Amino acid sequence: MKKIHFEKHRCKGCGLCVLFCPQKNLRMSEDLNDQGLSYPEEIDPACCTACGLCFRMCPDVAIEVYQQVAKDKKQ
Amino acid sequence: MPNLTRTEVLTDAQTHYCPGCGHGIIHRLVAEVIDELGIREKTIGTAPVGCAVLLYDYFNCDIIECAHGRPPAVATGMKRVQPDKIVFTYQGDGDLAAIGTSETIHAANRGENITVIFVNNAIYGMTGGQMAPTTLTGMFSTTSQDGRGEHGEGPPLKVCELLSSLEGVCYLERTAVSTPKDVISAKRAIKKAFQNQIDGKGFSLVEVLSMCPTDWKLSTAKAVDFVNNEMKTAFPLGVYVDRS
Repeated sequence: MKKIHFEKHRCKGCGLCVLFCPQKNLRMSEDLNDQGLSYPEEIDPACCTACGLCFRMCPDVAIEVYQQVAKDKKQ
Repeated sequence: MPNLTRTEVLTDAQTHYCPGCGHGIIHRLVAEVIDELGIREKTIGTAPVGCAVLLYDYFNCDIIECAHGRPPAVATGMKRVQPDKIVFTYQGDGDLAAIGTSETIHAANRGENITVIFVNNAIYGMTGGQMAPTTLTGMFSTTSQDGRGEHGEGPPLKVCELLSSLEGVCYLERTAVSTPKDVISAKRAIKKAFQNQIDGKGFSLVEVLSMCPTDWKLSTAKAVDFVNNEMKTAFPLGVYVDRS
């Protein structure tokens, strides 16, 4: 299961998640969502530490982070 | 470890806010606090006139829409009639610090047992970027083309400093949502403001410095820098009153 899920049709493409990702693991997509906007995507899913900063900064609550999944994977 | 997901206090509706606006983050914080305290069924929100006017579309609790600037007065009435309910107001700077200044000051002075969330983005957002009472000195807006202060507009109104002289106030804190650290401390402050009301301690106000990239005419990243560098200098963060 993925550690992070982007609800891309909710995204308005502000880029706050990309700005605050401490691993610099996010980028804006080339594809567009229903509203015609770029949305964030992971560069390398293995790099994600599930810290949740993208979730905390997302104004549209379009990101979900599953920290328990990340912890289970680590063990 | 917890999973970070959308709380049930927020509806599934997509917000009408511009990209990069801080309102969405503050909505989430208020919703999470209501969820964590388990008070959704008995919470009544009070929506302002301004960008957050459609609050009732986004919250899964009772919301009342008031005349411009009057949420503290309406909240006072609701809290006095139904003291067992949790009543909060969610106001912008045009609502709370311009047309609603007297309602805010008198509600604070009476020590009404309500929680006020004050979103300060230093500009009138909904009407298209006019000068607000909280616009910074030298800042451009559609009604201060030479920068505020050049034509006798005066310095920005500092609500926390203004209210801190009142004896009826229980809790005043200024926070921001421009960095993850500020978002977490803003949530703590909002939670404390709600807890004060549950404990019957009196008037609590949390001011949140927020971004408005559209009306500041800045990119998201530059709007974040503007809050961190300019707004936090003009409006210092911190706890101004804590009598809880």
